[in-house]
Amino acid sequence: MSKSVLRGLRAAALTGTLVLGSSLGSHPALAAENPIKLGVLEDQSGDFAAATIGKVHAIQLAADEINKAGGIMGRPLELVPYDTQSDNTRYQEFMRRVLQRDKVDVVFAGFSSASREAYRPIVDQFNGFAFYNNQYEGGVCDGHMIVTGAVPEQQFSTLIPYMMEKYGKNVYTLAADYNFGQISAEWVRKIVKENGGKMAGEEFIPLGVSQFSQSIQNIQKAKPDFVVTLLVGTAQASYYEQAASANVNLPMASSVNVGQGYEHKRFKPPSLKDMFVTTNYIEEIDSPKSKEFYAKFKAKFPSEPYVNQEAENSYLAVYLYKQMVERAKSTKREEIRKVIALGDVCMDAPEGKVCIDPKSQHMSHTIYLAKVGADHSISFPKVWEDIKPYWLGEAGCDLTKKDPMAQYTPSNPPPKP
Amino acid sequence: MDIATHVFSALYQFGDAFAFLVLSACGLAVIFGMMGVINLAHGEFIMCGAYVTAATVHAGLPLPLGILVGTLVSALVGVVVELAVIRHLYDRPLDTIVATWGLSLIATQGTLIMVGSTMAGVGTPFGSFQVGDYSYSIYRIVLFCAALGVLAALYALFNWTRFGVLARATIQVPHMAAALGVDTRLIYSLTFACGAGLAGLAGGLYAPTMTLVPTMGATFIMEAFVTVVIGGADVFLGTAPAGGVLAVVKSVMTSWQGQLFGQIGLLVAVIIVVRVLPKGISGFVLRERT
Repeated sequence: MSKSVLRGLRAAALTGTLVLGSSLGSHPALAAENPIKLGVLEDQSGDFAAATIGKVHAIQLAADEINKAGGIMGRPLELVPYDTQSDNTRYQEFMRRVLQRDKVDVVFAGFSSASREAYRPIVDQFNGFAFYNNQYEGGVCDGHMIVTGAVPEQQFSTLIPYMMEKYGKNVYTLAADYNFGQISAEWVRKIVKENGGKMAGEEFIPLGVSQFSQSIQNIQKAKPDFVVTLLVGTAQASYYEQAASANVNLPMASSVNVGQGYEHKRFKPPSLKDMFVTTNYIEEIDSPKSKEFYAKFKAKFPSEPYVNQEAENSYLAVYLYKQMVERAKSTKREEIRKVIALGDVCMDAPEGKVCIDPKSQHMSHTIYLAKVGADHSISFPKVWEDIKPYWLGEAGCDLTKKDPMAQYTPSNPPPKP
Repeated sequence: MDIATHVFSALYQFGDAFAFLVLSACGLAVIFGMMGVINLAHGEFIMCGAYVTAATVHAGLPLPLGILVGTLVSALVGVVVELAVIRHLYDRPLDTIVATWGLSLIATQGTLIMVGSTMAGVGTPFGSFQVGDYSYSIYRIVLFCAALGVLAALYALFNWTRFGVLARATIQVPHMAAALGVDTRLIYSLTFACGAGLAGLAGGLYAPTMTLVPTMGATFIMEAFVTVVIGGADVFLGTAPAGGVLAVVKSVMTSWQGQLFGQIGLLVAVIIVVRVLPKGISGFVLRERT
């Protein structure tokens, strides 16, 4: 093999574009025209890959559909994907690359909150435009970002009171030890207190930890009525198997499990028995829209192990972007934000109707309460329709007036004017 | 809660940490501790064992047989890797780091591309038992016994068998061993295969308790290196006491302050031991003896 071929292969291996690049070209009929470029920065390898490969596929599916139907304002949508390898520094590197070298019009990026906070300053610095299509701990008030994932007031304000009413008021939180887990745990603490409950305990687990014997014992010692599991990444998912084999037998509540990492499919029943999750989409949702989306997804990617909520968020985000560009007649962020400010950017997504909130640039969602049965089948004991991402707006974030480019939490709210 | 419950729970946590440290480290102790090859693909041998075990269990074999197959396949992969790569790098220790690191990247990404991002688990056998207020997994006791069994078997292998004597001779003074008619290349291959097989065994044993993903080897690697580094060159005299010391530190710190402090404690213990005993625990024990 010649040296230049080797070098090319190495570069391709580094960026992960070798296989994907060839399959991602735009529709041939439109390829000649000036395309709209969409950067895709998602983890296609590493600790988070199981939950995020589906996001890339969902974006490909939406882009193919849009290109087949004539593109956006007659221009084809071209994807510029990079594998961020579950590594925060890769996000920074590739975010600079897509904004400066590839000059994309918009970027869809990020799974973990750590990676989002790693790339967000770069988007702000280069005046880019990014979609974060992932549920998270909430609070990002940044005009350069649109968040299509669900936030705590949508996932926890529904889930925690339901669990407390059904199982009792002693709550134990087991969370991943980084910004997502810490801030989500703060939300759980706040909601438990507001509902007259008490925290039986809290433990934060470093990412990558896979052995939970001691944590299991700590939980048994605290005797909670249920456990809130905010465990992230595939290593931490080992908790369920280990807790089940030690017969912990407590109901669990989560905003991230099942809906992202499809643990109910990966582990042998009944290790996830009595897990309750609030999610805005999972493939088991039994509505015509959901079934249609699932069928399209499986037709294009037959070996996809699971269509999770972030796949749906990513899919609908492409269509939202199309709608906004067509209404603004421009791909410029400022023009698009004028359309958002009208407050009627909505669409019929696979989950149901969703709208962008102009104040926070977050999304309203239909929230499904998914319960995992002893045989790992999913049932939906409750559905909340049109839950708005109200917290940021109420706390004082209004992107139509002011863009602070900051993240807020309940203990660190926006400054009062 | 009475004293006995507390004592049992502390012992269980110690045994659990000990088993994880010793089983992750044994294969590395043979390859790195004895042969001096810094094997950064150790985690991927563990992953290989776990994947093969899970695949054979899914194919209908009972778990113990699956673990055996996983161990043997890893050992076989070890032979191939030794013949193809490691063999040419015995006198270039720094290059083995790069080579094995490359192998580990290829193995992780190759598994991701060929097998997919996850593999279905096989479920933990045996159920649980109750002591006082706590319930425990029986399989964790099995893991502890397996760790003790592996240590005993290694001791027997390297001290009481002909292969063990030849292996130790080859590794100590290879030219002298060769002059005495030992096929040193074969011995190196077999020793490397033994280490790879032990890694596969660790993977097979932990496969039922963990999520099976291409990156799962990474969760073992820190513990493995830490144990081997402070254990020193001798597999039995090093790995066993190192596992014991670190398990005490880890289980006490974790029960006191949580997982984060367990990991901090582990690393602080390593820094202290390496500073005080540069040749590891086994170096210290052997010097005392002579």
